[in-house]
Amino acid sequence: MPAADVLQMIDIRKSFASIPVLKRVSFTLRKGEVHALMGGNGAGKSTLMKILTGVYSKDDGTILVDGQPVEIHGTAAAERAGIAMIFQEFSLVPTLTVAQNIWLKREPRRAGIFIDNAEMVRRSRALLHELGVDIDPETPVGALPVGYMQIVEIAKALSKNARILVMDEPTSSLSEAETEALFELVARLKASGISIVYISHRMAEILAICDRVTVMRDGEAVMTEDCAGLTVDRIVEAMLGAGNAASFEWHDRGPRPEAPPILSLRSLRLPARVNDVSFDLRPGEILGLAGLMGSGRTEIAETIFGRRAPVSGEVIFDGRPVRNQADAIDRGIALVPEDRRKMGLVLDHSVRDNVLLPNLARFTRNFLVQDAEALQTVTRTIRELRIKTDGPDKLARLLSGGNQQKIVLGKWLARDPRLLILDEPTIGVDIGAKSEIVATVRAMADKGMAVLVISSELEELMAISDRILVLHGGRIVQDMNRRDLTSEEELHHAIQGHHIGPSDDVAA
Amino acid sequence: MQSKVTISGRPTMSLPSIQWQNYVVYIFFVIVLGFFAVTIGDKGFLSVTNLFNIARTTAMITVIAVAMTFIISAGELDLSVGSTTALAALVCALVIQAGYPWPLAFAAAIGAGLLVGCLNGFFVTVIGIPSFLVTLGMMQFIRGVDMRVTYTNPVSVTNQTFNSLFGSGKLFGIPSLLIWSVVVALIGHVVLKYTGFGREILATGGNRQAAEYSGVKTRRVKFYGFLLTGAAAALAGMLYTGMMQTARFNFGEGAELMAIAAVILGGTSLFGGKGTILGTFAGSLLIGTINNGLIIMGLDVSEQMMISGAIIIVAVAFGKKPGQA
Repeated sequence: MPAADVLQMIDIRKSFASIPVLKRVSFTLRKGEVHALMGGNGAGKSTLMKILTGVYSKDDGTILVDGQPVEIHGTAAAERAGIAMIFQEFSLVPTLTVAQNIWLKREPRRAGIFIDNAEMVRRSRALLHELGVDIDPETPVGALPVGYMQIVEIAKALSKNARILVMDEPTSSLSEAETEALFELVARLKASGISIVYISHRMAEILAICDRVTVMRDGEAVMTEDCAGLTVDRIVEAMLGAGNAASFEWHDRGPRPEAPPILSLRSLRLPARVNDVSFDLRPGEILGLAGLMGSGRTEIAETIFGRRAPVSGEVIFDGRPVRNQADAIDRGIALVPEDRRKMGLVLDHSVRDNVLLPNLARFTRNFLVQDAEALQTVTRTIRELRIKTDGPDKLARLLSGGNQQKIVLGKWLARDPRLLILDEPTIGVDIGAKSEIVATVRAMADKGMAVLVISSELEELMAISDRILVLHGGRIVQDMNRRDLTSEEELHHAIQGHHIGPSDDVAA
Repeated sequence: MQSKVTISGRPTMSLPSIQWQNYVVYIFFVIVLGFFAVTIGDKGFLSVTNLFNIARTTAMITVIAVAMTFIISAGELDLSVGSTTALAALVCALVIQAGYPWPLAFAAAIGAGLLVGCLNGFFVTVIGIPSFLVTLGMMQFIRGVDMRVTYTNPVSVTNQTFNSLFGSGKLFGIPSLLIWSVVVALIGHVVLKYTGFGREILATGGNRQAAEYSGVKTRRVKFYGFLLTGAAAALAGMLYTGMMQTARFNFGEGAELMAIAAVILGGTSLFGGKGTILGTFAGSLLIGTINNGLIIMGLDVSEQMMISGAIIIVAVAFGKKPGQA
């Protein structure tokens, strides 16, 4: 007999600026259950959880906790209802001790005035002991490893009598040992009757520790099933939806001309996650780099771009090692970074200024930037990439995600780079802009530009790449011709660490 | 998709056709000028001599504020300019007094300013200390040096070419101090708006990380910014010297704050990324006009300070865009 539902979210609806993000989503959580919530970027899982934790308010629908309807307006209300979000690291004050963080703003007091430090430490110690972890409550949080910070978060939530925990990608920045420890903790919490919503992309992890899985797609819950007997294939199928691949089609660009590689990585080793990565990339080739979040993909991209120095190994571009970022840019390497708002754009500057930023030297004569001439390049970029803007002087901040990304792409394409690295190029980009970006990149590759694409969206990698590398455990574990891949499931399996396919691998 | 939704969901300003906030300094300037013209126009406020007088007394602040616009636009601050002004003044006066030609004194003074700029730049961009702290310490340190050099004794300058060129002279009837400040402002305007360096300054202040990823050497850009403020402070020091025909250890006391006020009044963002030299020029004139008008009205120093301080706050409040914290 199934345990009682501690949480029922029924027919939840939410729209942003009249775009529906959640369309009548229902989700239930049983007492002592670990329930995985899955779905691609933009499927609506974060929005659903933000409604549950009071960050957003729902437009419509009912939330029942222990069978009683609750209105969750604001995070304080969620807290009163016993619901807590476990953040990975950012919601703790690093300079305060573990105990101070747990009891922040709720410190036990003597005579109602003075903070009772001893009592605070004693209670924290009991709490941490209950969780089965050995953390000294008097250590500053900043001195703890990342994995422990999450445990402190959990302790903090439990100190507020939370019975429903939401964990968002809890293992993405953890080492293997820390992940093991976290799983033990999850089992212990479960045994004590705590219910957990577990958001993750890692299938193996989910099948190992969760009881049920709910998959969301396009703002709807498309599947809820028991984990027992569930296969990765079933989950992936639910995530993608039948026939969804039509949004952008891959087409075989034919064999690439046998030119010598323009980029070669040789036994690259980077701090933390990348152990030994080697690969070649030829002019005109589009190479996809797949791997889980936190597998070191971005670090590899930044090393090629000269922003990081490898521990060992080297990056050879056009016959010579890349010395630093200035050298990389001079020799024709371009990087469209992961976070366009932070690293890609000066949001309060105009489209024009953003496009010109890496190209100033080219338009400078007698110390002055030749604006008239530069404007031609800017308007050409706007036209060719179909950037939707009132004009070159509109602030980048006011454009949509897709158009902002086109600015970042455009500012580099204006330099005619020989190697373009795209790190998560379509996060937060609508489908229309997405396919336009893909088309532009293909056209540039046809003209001989080498492209390295990093993406968590396998659909995208499958659509654009000629060849796909799979990064797992700090190594390239698969090197596949796109032609030999028949389905996205195969790639899904590969990035989870399963070996697939008849294709040739490198360095297992 | 989600991030896109958040953007459109946020009430980003629905762009009024003209952002009058950008012109607050000019509006205030006209209002203040109008007010004084009506109230004390007959007491000589509007005379050419007095208007030139305003321009002369604000020249030093203008020169410093132009360079300050660069460093603030790059997201940094330089509080050491006031003390550097006196340092350069003393260096210049001592070199002239020792019998060397004035161009050599000029070079030595600029050199002193650049040296201070180098030190500021080094601690901020190489060691990585916030510029507020570095230049606060430097302000104190250099002022100490100023006092020590001549044991607080003034150094007079008798070279008439120098004094006329940098202070009391006129060209076609226009005071040389006014010419200096206009020339410096024009050069600053062109450099900030029309050179690669200017664009890189603004990009660095607007989003240092994005500028880095675009290939801007942001630390070098900031370093040059500190050289600029150092050199400008040195020039201001010589303007004081020329005007007074003497160099004193206490030149430029409080000049850093007046310059910062002028820059912010002019519409430059204190957080970097947005800067205007023309605004700074107007901001400096506004402050000078207020002080001048209040003196003519016969107000006491204490009253002048209260009123000009209040006007600065009010003007900046009006220039603030709605919704920005």
